[in-house]
Amino acid sequence: MAPWSVNDQKIPQGRLALFSYVSVVFIVLLLVGFWKLQVIQSGHFSDLAERNQIRYIPIIAPRGALLDREGRVLVDSYPSFSILLLRDDPKALQKSLAAIEDGLGIAKEDLTQQLENARFEPKFEPIVIKPAASQADIAFVESHRADLPVLELMMVQRRRYQHGQMLANTIGYVGEVSSQQLEQSDGHYRPGDIVGKAGLEREYNDQLEGTDGMRRVVVNSVGKAMRTLDNVEAIPGKPIQLTIDYDLQAIAEADMADKAGAVVALDGRTGEVLVMISRPTFDPNDFAVRIPASEWAKLNTDPETPLLNRAIQAQLAPGSVFKIVMATAMLDSKAIPADFHAFCPGHAEFYGRVFHCWRPAGHGSVDVHRAIVASCDVFFYTIGKMLGIDRIHDYAVGLGLGRPTGVDLPSEQPGLIPSEEWVQRVYHHKWYAGETISVSIGQGSVTVTPIQLARMIATVASGGTLVQPHLLKNLVTTKVGHFPLSDDAVETVTQGMYGVINEGGGTGYSLRLQNVDFSGKSGTAQLMSYEAGAKMGKKGKNTNGWFVGYAPRRNPEIVVAAVVQDTDLHGGSTAGPVVRDIVKAFYDKKNAHLQQQAATAPPTPTSPAEHVEAAAATPPLAGTEETPHP
Amino acid sequence: MKDRPSTQDWDWPLFGIICAISTLGVLEVYSSTHASAMAGMQWKQLMWIGIGLVGMFLISRIDYHTLMDQAPALYLFGLATLLVVLVIGHSRFGAKRWVALGGGVNLQVSELMKLIIIVVLARFFTDVRTDRLTLQDIFKVGIVTGIPVLLILIQPDLGTAMVLVPVAVVGAFLAGIEWKHQAVALVLIALLLPVGWHMRTHLKPYQQQRITTFLHPEENPRGAGYQILQSEIAVGSGGFWGKGFGKGSQNQLGFVPVRYSDFILAALAEEQGFIGVCVVLLLYLGLILRLVDNAQKAKDRAGMYVVMGVTAILGFHVLVNASMVIGYMPVTGIPLPLMSYGGSATAFVYMALGLVMNVRMRRFVN
Repeated sequence: MAPWSVNDQKIPQGRLALFSYVSVVFIVLLLVGFWKLQVIQSGHFSDLAERNQIRYIPIIAPRGALLDREGRVLVDSYPSFSILLLRDDPKALQKSLAAIEDGLGIAKEDLTQQLENARFEPKFEPIVIKPAASQADIAFVESHRADLPVLELMMVQRRRYQHGQMLANTIGYVGEVSSQQLEQSDGHYRPGDIVGKAGLEREYNDQLEGTDGMRRVVVNSVGKAMRTLDNVEAIPGKPIQLTIDYDLQAIAEADMADKAGAVVALDGRTGEVLVMISRPTFDPNDFAVRIPASEWAKLNTDPETPLLNRAIQAQLAPGSVFKIVMATAMLDSKAIPADFHAFCPGHAEFYGRVFHCWRPAGHGSVDVHRAIVASCDVFFYTIGKMLGIDRIHDYAVGLGLGRPTGVDLPSEQPGLIPSEEWVQRVYHHKWYAGETISVSIGQGSVTVTPIQLARMIATVASGGTLVQPHLLKNLVTTKVGHFPLSDDAVETVTQGMYGVINEGGGTGYSLRLQNVDFSGKSGTAQLMSYEAGAKMGKKGKNTNGWFVGYAPRRNPEIVVAAVVQDTDLHGGSTAGPVVRDIVKAFYDKKNAHLQQQAATAPPTPTSPAEHVEAAAATPPLAGTEETPHP
Repeated sequence: MKDRPSTQDWDWPLFGIICAISTLGVLEVYSSTHASAMAGMQWKQLMWIGIGLVGMFLISRIDYHTLMDQAPALYLFGLATLLVVLVIGHSRFGAKRWVALGGGVNLQVSELMKLIIIVVLARFFTDVRTDRLTLQDIFKVGIVTGIPVLLILIQPDLGTAMVLVPVAVVGAFLAGIEWKHQAVALVLIALLLPVGWHMRTHLKPYQQQRITTFLHPEENPRGAGYQILQSEIAVGSGGFWGKGFGKGSQNQLGFVPVRYSDFILAALAEEQGFIGVCVVLLLYLGLILRLVDNAQKAKDRAGMYVVMGVTAILGFHVLVNASMVIGYMPVTGIPLPLMSYGGSATAFVYMALGLVMNVRMRRFVN
């Protein structure tokens, strides 16, 4: 026994007992603590545990495809991967940045900038550093899962515009939902959702966009998905079939390739838009990924306005095409006798001012038919003065000018048809009678859009039926307007337009087609008066060349309006060939189809089953088979 | 009276409680790790327990009086190892706590110091031989305890350093402190707390972080407060009956930090519910009360001080660890004795209990 502990056997029992009591108290306090968490707040913490481990991963629904009238794909969607950068571990992030820059080929400044931009976003929200990953990028992420856990792949649906610039201004483009749309959507959209921003993509966004699905997965503490709980499949957007004819569109695109302007081709009976072109244009595929800010600024500020759809938004002076409105007003109103003749010495004086005819030598004595064929300005100056601005206005508006056609595209422009009331309202002065003379040949303050002009010609040639131009094949609510015209007037005016192409001295004589009842009217609108142009020493490039052609002469199956801007040539020689090519292609295609039908059609009636087979082998060209052209 | 101490005289009920707690620990280690890259950890833990049992047996064989004879030497040896670890020890998680023993085994030397301080302070209080400690005695206790505390603090290991203090406090309480001194001590603590708060800037960044986090856990949901919050979520979502063995999402998916070690009670609370927690805490209460019983029945004061030193450390461990798991205390890295996975810690607890057996089996020996 060690000497230091001898005779020391007195144990402080009381203090030991006190220690025991204190221990009991502490354990009870701890149990109370556990009771509070596990019994009283259990529900709250169960929610938190649930939220911890369950992630909702959206399954992006593919947007519906856009098809042409024969079902050919113009636009579709394809799955693609975006690369996400997870930012919840700043240390790991900083260490990985150099490797990420190298591996994915992202500039250091770009990545730093993106991180800087997202600095105030919640740290657990990843940022998209590469919206369209290449195969190599995907392989890089997959092979570096262990050492670069901050990278993640997300499957997205990307828009593919199969033919690049073709039909771009009409189709429009998609982009990330704007903050304004987000607010208005009332929870329908989430940030980063892709929506239609312009054109058909915007107009038919509701049909085209599907419903995103959702996958519920259990994740572990580092966010790795361990297993899937359930899956709500995405509902893909519905495809929409357009009235556009890819073949005709392609021909028109080629014709317009190096020009500025617009083309619209309609089925005059239904309003179906067969061709729509606006130049210059852009490639919507650039928007399908993320458009760099510099590129966007370039497109938006380009003086050539490539984002404008000139077919429905360019408000231009119609020039001589407006003479069809004048002739119709003259004949239908009967304010002037149908056999009225005017003498054209190459110029005429009205209200103390000399107005020139485009042909300095003049046309001699002309009636309305000859005036249309040769596009005599003096004749129309004369009847314009006789009709007066308000009657001209009423006919122009009645035939669909100065107001939107109702085409199923956003932001259609109305154009302008001046009237006394309009001048009062806008300029607060009385109508200058001299202005009527300019309006008579489609100059002055008259502006129209190409689609209005196409529909106007269709209306005249059909005797006053205003179809609603549209691009959706199965549009059920096409609004049809009526502006009844006397048959005499229609006959005379359409004969005039037939003469433009098929009579010697016609402004479109060079455009005539064999076996096609091709009619039309040219127009060459000055951007400034001859005098002003001469004063400024400007040569050429100061006119818009128009041609509106259609066939057949009455109740046309196809009406094409084309405008070629900033040229020094006559509308008949710039826009005319574009129209002619489309009309020719339309009939070539139709005839080939009829021949094919005749060749494959069984000579004798057969059993219904075989009939179905034969019909299936040669699908009819929708909309073109009803009235075979001779 | 017997003349030879025998292992047959071990406190078998106490041993039963130890085995029960250890078994729950091994099961929970298994549940926490079986579905992860650390699968098989329970076998390693069983190995540590085996080593601990051998240590327990060996330490119970050496008469505690003999050990206490060597107290000054042990104390110097302990301080020396602490100095050595500061010089040649290697770092893990930013702290120098481990010495390589060869063969890939690393010893956390501060665990050894816990054993030594129990023996040293038992010797000290026995030597004082009074029912009222003088101010001088208290001062001495402070010095003896303070040096190793300081050495462990600069490792830095705030948790283990704090663990040494209760041995001194409980010892002093049992030796007898005048009420004046008690009052002064309380006032001093009250005064020093704010000073300590201002001194926190001298703490290591991770320690500062832990304190701020403890006071404002919601401010940094993905940082250090994340650990406390995840632990609370695990405990709370376990509810009354628990989610079932191996079915705790917080545990199985790795949301609970070091769920097999410091936060093993959170893992258990999630899977076994309040019922499971009651069983565990009552087992610990049983352990402490049984230890106190051993102290009461010790043959002499020396034995009592040894037993109560062990009790103080284990009790402190349980109190601090359980409080941390439910967010009542900051994260300090103090494991739950007998349950948390860990080589050195497990070995220490078994050897400390070996000291208790040592005292127990000698109570009737002359």
